[in-house]
Order: sequence, then structure tokens, then C-alpha cells
Amino acid sequence: MKVEQLSVFLENKAGRLAEVAKILGDNGINIRALSLADTTDFGILRLIVNDNEKAKEVLKDERFTVKITEVIAVEVDDRPGGLASILLPLSEEGINVEYMYAFVEKSKNKAVLVFKFDDLDKAIEVLRKNNVKILTNEEIKQL
Amino acid sequence: MIWNEEFETLPREALEALQLKRLKATIERVYYTVPFYRRKLDEVGITPDSIRSLEDLKKIPFTTKDDLRENYPFGLFTVPLKQIVRIHASSGTTGKPTVVGYTRRDIETWSELMARSLSAAGVTKEDIIQNAYGYGLFTGGLGVHYGAEKIGATVIPVSGGQSKRQITIMKDFGSTVLTCTPSYALHLAEVAQEEGLNPRDTKLRVGLFGAEPWSEEMRKQIEELWNIKAIDIYGLSEIIGPGVAVECEEAQSGLHIFEDHFIPEIIDPETGESLPYGEYGELVITTITKEALPLLRYRTRDITRLIKEPCICGRTHMRIDRIRGRTDDMLIIRGVNVFPSQIEEILVATEGVLPHYMIIIDREGSLDVVEVQVEVDESIFSDEVKKLQTLARKIENNIKDMIGISVKVKLVEPKTLQRFEGKAKRVIDKRKL
Repeated sequence: MKVEQLSVFLENKAGRLAEVAKILGDNGINIRALSLADTTDFGILRLIVNDNEKAKEVLKDERFTVKITEVIAVEVDDRPGGLASILLPLSEEGINVEYMYAFVEKSKNKAVLVFKFDDLDKAIEVLRKNNVKILTNEEIKQL
Repeated sequence: MIWNEEFETLPREALEALQLKRLKATIERVYYTVPFYRRKLDEVGITPDSIRSLEDLKKIPFTTKDDLRENYPFGLFTVPLKQIVRIHASSGTTGKPTVVGYTRRDIETWSELMARSLSAAGVTKEDIIQNAYGYGLFTGGLGVHYGAEKIGATVIPVSGGQSKRQITIMKDFGSTVLTCTPSYALHLAEVAQEEGLNPRDTKLRVGLFGAEPWSEEMRKQIEELWNIKAIDIYGLSEIIGPGVAVECEEAQSGLHIFEDHFIPEIIDPETGESLPYGEYGELVITTITKEALPLLRYRTRDITRLIKEPCICGRTHMRIDRIRGRTDDMLIIRGVNVFPSQIEEILVATEGVLPHYMIIIDREGSLDVVEVQVEVDESIFSDEVKKLQTLARKIENNIKDMIGISVKVKLVEPKTLQRFEGKAKRVIDKRKL
């Protein structure tokens, strides 16, 4: 149960992030979660939005390099130790986190964690064994 | 296919005898009609009679682009303007333009050479040629045009630019041959894709690309993108225009230089000495059939080498290797000679990066610093920082290994680097500013 994530290549130039946000906003696309990985020269904006295909299309029209990749989103209780309880069993199985980002759902008192693992399928297996709630594309769009 | 079986397959001995005869006639022509050459030959004590073998050519002084400029516009013409039927000129980005003139027979010679070139690429009268070389003072457009008409093909004189229209024409008219610069061929493939047309779905089957140096990797890419055979063609306006040398479709390895009209030599660009056979150096050409503007030992500033091995196509004319660069494109970076084409080869070889790149050279203190900007498109983009950084480091390492200079590779967004519809500009040298 993987969810789709949109990645956008950004040069480190003033206004590029604002431009992406504006394009998405103008096209009625809602951002569910995002993170920005940055290096001295470039950044990678990772987004989960309510309409991936449309977002990709409108960004490509504006000449951005965009890719849809698969990640895993899980839901945990928003309490101390929540993240560790997810990560420990994974590291025991030798699964590495390539990157992750998280946000909190105040209404449900839950936290949503988005992961890219080096082995997504194995990660899903381990998470299931540990009864972690893995979100589907539909679920994450409805957050 | 060989257009002129008799002359293109002349046995070497007969070919060299013909060259000598024509060389003598050319020297006689310029000696008696062009004061510039009279002076130049007198200075070294050469008269038309003193040329007895092809080896004697080496005694003759070079002609350079500056000589053409100093005799601007018509000073080197052997005939009065009333016998000139056409004028072309190169863009004068650095100083005065170079002006070239053609008699009626020169135009016929040029058409013949272009007919040979198109035939060598496998083009026939059945073909529809989309000629996207610029028409005008630049020799590319009209050069291809006359050759195409000579073989009886259908020519679309669309000229360069207006890329969307090019794609529409290609689709609607069913063009089978494309002629333009190699960088424009890549650009057009991009435009086709943007217009929702897969370049592989067009009727194009052959392209003749020239007017700028390009690499073997770039050829592979063009052939793959368009599903065509990409043929390298060489020429320069001072010599005649396109059609000085061309690859044959059979070998696609080195360009046959039409030796019944031109005598090629390779020299060391620094010393002017002839280089041993097989070495890379500056190509020097003597025209031996031109009427209006014959040039003796013209320094082309193009870097290549000669290939004398017989070719599978049956032509006896020797080949020049793919142009490696220009003596004036040659960058000297921390004392190392570097050609942009070398960097291009490395870029394409490293994980298939499309060759949209720019080399920026600057000086920090007394040290040259080089940045290579590479556009990130979907084929190389990754959602993981690590992968992109690895790619950049890999290109840096390959450049270091192959050329021996340290550069910084910077990944940039697509289409941020300038696109050129004519000749590609790949280098910004800030050191001179």
C-alpha cells in the first residue's frame, strides 16, 4: 500500500518555491504534505497533493521537471515514542530510510509519517507485522 | 550511393595527377589576377612554374581569415563583379564579415558537391528534403538547396527557426530528410514532443547535420530520438560552403573530402608545421577548381585528422575525422587544452544526460575555475538528493579522469540554458571580460 508523491526539481533561486505554490493554488490543487530537501545548488520539493496527475501536468506545462514516485504513509498516535516504535522494527530488519517527513493531524490526535525506504515492499511487510496503520492514496487525500 | 562514380572513385594515382594539374592552374590564376597572392608568392620566390609536385604546396604561405577580412569585401576575387553571380558572407561577430563570391561555374561545382553529399547520405530524387539551414548570406540554406534540386529531390526551403511550424510541415508534407545543425535537430525533437508528436513517428529517415562540431554520442541520441540515420557534413563558406566533405551512409566513419576539388593538409596550429599522418591538428584546405575565390592553404581553424585507409563505400577520396573542435574554441584551462566537444562526450556517456549544458569559466585569483551547468530533465531526475549528487560527482570525476581538469557540475532546471537555433554556444568565458 504505497502512496504517490510528487517530486519537483528546483534550482536554488529566489521565488521558485513560491512559483510552484502559486501554480498549484491557481489550479485548485490542495497540498496535503510537503518537504523540501535542499543542497547548496538545488532542492527537491516533495509533495503529496489531492490530484497528482493534474499537479504533474500543470507543473510540466510551466517547464518544471516533475516525477511521481511511491512512498509509504503511516499513521501513529501523536505521543512521545511514536516515531521510534515505527523505526526500530524496520532497522532491525536492515531497512534504511532514504528520507522522511511528518505532520500532525490535530483533530484526530494522530501523526502521519511519510517514508521513502530503500526497500519499500519489505518495509510494508514489516510494518504490517507490527500492526502499523498504512494509509492508502484515498485516505491520505482525505486528510 | 555514389553521385559521380568516375571522379569519386578515381584511382589514387590519377586523382593525384589531376590534383597537381588543377593546383598549377589555380596558382597561375591567382598569381596573375590577385595582387595579394602575387605579393605573397613573390615574397617566398614561387612562380606558377615552380610547382612540380603536390609536395611543393608546402612551400606556399597560408591564407587566413584575417587575409579575407583585410581584403574586404572583394579584394581576393579573381574576376570582376560582372562575372560574379552570387555573394555570401559569414556573420561578422568579431570584426568585419568574410565575403565570398561565386562565378556561374562555381555555383555548378558547389551544386555538384552537394549532390554528391546528399547521395552519399542515401538521399535520392524520391526524397522530400526539409532544409532547415538558414537561407540568406549564410551558405547552409542555398548550398543544400541547389544540391537537392540537382539530384531532383523535392526541397522545402523552410530555413531555420519557427520550430513549431517546422514540426507541422514535417508532419503534413511528410519530409523524409532533415538538414540543419545537430543542436537544432535535438531542439526540434524536443519541440515535436512538446507538440504531442513522437519524433520516431515521422517519415524522416535521414538527416545531414553540420555547421558545428558534434560528437558520436550526440549522433546516437539524434538517431535514437528521430529513428533516422544521422550523417555528418562539413563545409565552410570560405572554401565553398557545405559539401566540402561528407560521411557515407555505408561507413558513417569519417568524412570523405572531395579531393578532386580540394587538397587537405593537417598542421600544428601553433607552429604551422605539417603534422605526421594520423595526428590531430588544424585542417588546411587548398581549393583547386574554384574560379572567383580560390584559396591557397586556407587555415580552417577546425581540428581533425586525415584517414587514408580505403573505405567500404568504394570512394577513393580520403576522409577527415569528425571535427573535434575549432582552434579558437579550444579552451586553455589551467594550461590544459580542452574542447567543449570532449565535455559533451563525457556528459552523454554518463547516464545519458541530454547534451544541454553550458561551460562557464572564470578566474578566482590566479586560478581558472570551471562550472559545467547541466539541465536536469525527467530522465535523470530523482526524488532522492543522494542520487542527483552522485550523478553530479560522477560527471565531475569522469571529466577529471578523461580531460584532467577539476570542474564543478551544477544541476539546473530544464530550459534555463539558452537555446540556439543556429550554431550552439556552449561556453561562457568570463576570464576575458
